[in-house]
Amino acid sequence: MVQIIVNGKSIEVEEGQTVLEACLSNGIFIPNLCFLKDREHPHASCRLCFVEIEGRPAPVPSCTVNVEDGMVIRTDTPEVKRLQKSAFKLIMSGHPCHAKTCPTEKPCTLMKIAKHLGVGLSPKPLEKLERDIPEVVDFGFMFYFPYRCVLCGRCVHVCRTQNEGKPLLTFARRGFDTMVAFFSDPGENVEAKCRSCLACINICPTAALVLKADERKTA
Amino acid sequence: MAKDTKIIETYEKLRGAARKRLEAERAEGIPSIRITMSTCARAAGAEETKKAIEDVLEAQGLNARIISVGCLGHCYAEPLLIIDHPTTGFPPICYYNVDANKAKLICRSYLEDGDPAFEYVLGAMEENDLIPPVTTFPRFSMEQRVVMELCGLIDPWNIDHYLDKDGYSALASALQMEREEIIEIVTKSGLRGRGGAGFPTGKKWKFAFEKSADGKVVICNADEGDPGAYMDRTIIESNPHQLLEGLIICAYAVGADEALVYVRAEYPLAVRTIQHAIEEAREYGLLGENILGSDFSLSVRVFQGSGAFVCGEETALIQSVEGRRGMPQHRPPYPVEKGLWGKPTVVNNVKTLSSVPPIIRRGADWFRSIGTEGSPGTAIFSVVGNVKHPGLVEIAMGTTLRTLIFDICGGIPGKKKFKAVQIGGPSGGCLPEQFLDTPIDFDSLTQAGAMMGSGGMVIMDEDSCMVDVARYFLEFTQKESCGKCTFCRIGTKHLLNILNRITKGEGREEDLETLRQLAEDIKKGSLCGLGKTAPNPVLTSLRYFMDEYEAHVKEKRCPALKCRDLIAYYIDLEKCARGCEACVGSCPVEAIFTTKGRKKAIDQSLCVKCGECMTSCPPEYDAVVKVSPPELAPIIERPPDQQPKRAMDGADS
Ligand SMILES: Cc1cc2nc3c(=O)[nH]c(=O)nc-3n(C[C@H](O)[C@H](O)[C@H](O)COP(=O)(O)O)c2cc1C
Ligand code: SF4
Ligand code: FES
Repeated sequence: MVQIIVNGKSIEVEEGQTVLEACLSNGIFIPNLCFLKDREHPHASCRLCFVEIEGRPAPVPSCTVNVEDGMVIRTDTPEVKRLQKSAFKLIMSGHPCHAKTCPTEKPCTLMKIAKHLGVGLSPKPLEKLERDIPEVVDFGFMFYFPYRCVLCGRCVHVCRTQNEGKPLLTFARRGFDTMVAFFSDPGENVEAKCRSCLACINICPTAALVLKADERKTA
Repeated sequence: MAKDTKIIETYEKLRGAARKRLEAERAEGIPSIRITMSTCARAAGAEETKKAIEDVLEAQGLNARIISVGCLGHCYAEPLLIIDHPTTGFPPICYYNVDANKAKLICRSYLEDGDPAFEYVLGAMEENDLIPPVTTFPRFSMEQRVVMELCGLIDPWNIDHYLDKDGYSALASALQMEREEIIEIVTKSGLRGRGGAGFPTGKKWKFAFEKSADGKVVICNADEGDPGAYMDRTIIESNPHQLLEGLIICAYAVGADEALVYVRAEYPLAVRTIQHAIEEAREYGLLGENILGSDFSLSVRVFQGSGAFVCGEETALIQSVEGRRGMPQHRPPYPVEKGLWGKPTVVNNVKTLSSVPPIIRRGADWFRSIGTEGSPGTAIFSVVGNVKHPGLVEIAMGTTLRTLIFDICGGIPGKKKFKAVQIGGPSGGCLPEQFLDTPIDFDSLTQAGAMMGSGGMVIMDEDSCMVDVARYFLEFTQKESCGKCTFCRIGTKHLLNILNRITKGEGREEDLETLRQLAEDIKKGSLCGLGKTAPNPVLTSLRYFMDEYEAHVKEKRCPALKCRDLIAYYIDLEKCARGCEACVGSCPVEAIFTTKGRKKAIDQSLCVKCGECMTSCPPEYDAVVKVSPPELAPIIERPPDQQPKRAMDGADS
């Protein structure tokens, strides 16, 4: 166990975990989307989990730093809030919220983050962005809704783990049009395998991946 | 390793044999014609020139040896020939802009009649009493070549040429040293990575050296994705062995057994050149098992990258070699800790590795004597844009921008005024006139808001619109963003949208503040160097050219008359010549009609602002005027009988 000081309060946490995990498990919320406990290497793509750590010149994503004894952490400085709000607004500018038809359990992860940051779900002053991507993509046994997807990469990661380093889900395209794609070797019948797994669907924070049967239910 | 004279002996034998072969060639007394055949020269027509030379030699029964060399760095003068005609008493002579016709004339005049055709001569390659040497030109004399010393002078496809110039002697001495000794020399030399960030090379090697691991890897980064930058390609095409030598020394120093040259597949000539060099080196025992008879072995292979800009980032590069999508990873761990296949991996740029052999050969103090305290050595830029003598320039660090642009590269052509210099490619910044006395080194450039980057340099004259320039670079970075992290993927898209809006005259006043704030956030919040630096063109242009942004936003005016939506063309009736129809035919959309007195006018509702009429209006009239904002153009009614044909055709059907 090591001692860390978060927002002025000293807490005892287990070694070997990230600052983000340590805070979350002690009831200190830090916004996050891409973090996964079992990841050997942090994905660090959502850029929501910034904190300030004494001795570091600038805020750092807390999912990329392991706790150290005596570490002094602040999760609520103006600079931290500013970056978190900025990242969140960027995400929302590409994620039109259709709460009525969205199958996530409410409040969804994004709503929780908005509440924590004290902002609404609107990206203002940024504009809503259109993406040059389809509304929905047919992945065979499931649908993918690119506009819901926040590209946290969790699905790709769990798919890689489930398939020994050869994921069926991966990223495609570049820049703002980046999206998740599904690839399987021709002739390979992945449906049975995937149906017994569903790790990707279960881990998606925004219901961008939906089993076809469920979609019919909600539609 | 104990001092092993066997290594030096083996090396000297190799070099001796190479020299003997070249000596035998020289003894024949046949003139030699060196022609630049790098990608840049080919683009200027070097292949046709070479063909013409072969034809004329054949037709006239002339005897000469044609040697294809790489790039001399003088792109404005390509294709270049260097003819050495020893029996005439003239020194080797350099000819410039030699097209097929000139080549024939020069060959016949010089080789047949012994007359060097002075009108085409750029200069002599050596001091002499007959022809002014090229070294009298600032473009030659003010450069200082360490990495490019032999570029354009030796045959990159013949290892003998490199050996003749003491090539691989640094490797031979290095193999006799302790590994720490080499790292010590590189550390002392102060060499910093030329791939952009300027990380101390000796320190990087030391980290890798100190890691104990089953295998270690060295990767030469020749991805070079900056638009407009082509130094690394040219160096490989012109002198691949100096790079290989540096790579082998690095591998030996850190204890690697595997090395990789990562070249983009869009560089086919560079790929072939380095592959050929690797084969040659292997044949000569400079690669493979027991290099030069030592107990050090190394295999090198070429990996052809898929061409995404972000794959130049070292962690993305490694992902791509491992067969994954080229996406940058959070660091630490750095590649020197955990790189390719989890092994400690040194990633170094082409110019970094090519600097190593001269450092080993001539010592750390010699290298330190060039450049500045914080950035020893030289910098290589590909200078392009509105400049008289564009091309590759290698200068001592610490040279000012003014010297580089005005003295070495000849300044701005066409009596135009200098406006800005964009350094460091898409991740760099635009610096205005008041920064011309900034010394070129890692720290000064970063301080000014630009960066050394990989060495792209674009010179811009008064006709460049800085908002448009920022937009251009953002368009590039947004397209090339790997899409992984929020700030870069979405943030740069917003920057681009706002800039697009401003250049279209749809900017709002609050846009400028949003741009600045968002740019700052992207810089701080992004995962990798691409996102962290992508806002630089926006931030620097906002800082130094705010007046231009304001003109676009508040007055809907583009001061440089560049942004199409903010300009208009009209014809000055005072100047327009009666009955001259030059503009009418040039207009692609029939926007030009005849008004009173057979003079011409432009129908603003049809004009697509291509500027063709302005080009076609004879200079003695010079009647077409470009203005911004467009309302400044006087409106002249188009008479009904003057409607464009196409529109009337449309109405008929
Ligand atoms: C977006 C991006 C693109 C890069 N492209 C290149 C490149 O084309 N060539 C290169 O040598 N380094 C490039 N780098 C820098 C590399 O990550 C790395 O720092 C460099 O290869 C290390 O070599 P050096 O120490 O010799 O400079 C790039 C970095 C970023 C962030
Ligand atoms: S900064 Fe851009 S290129 Fe780098 S990881 Fe983020 S999205 Fe990818
Ligand atoms: S949770 Fe740390 S960057 Fe996404």
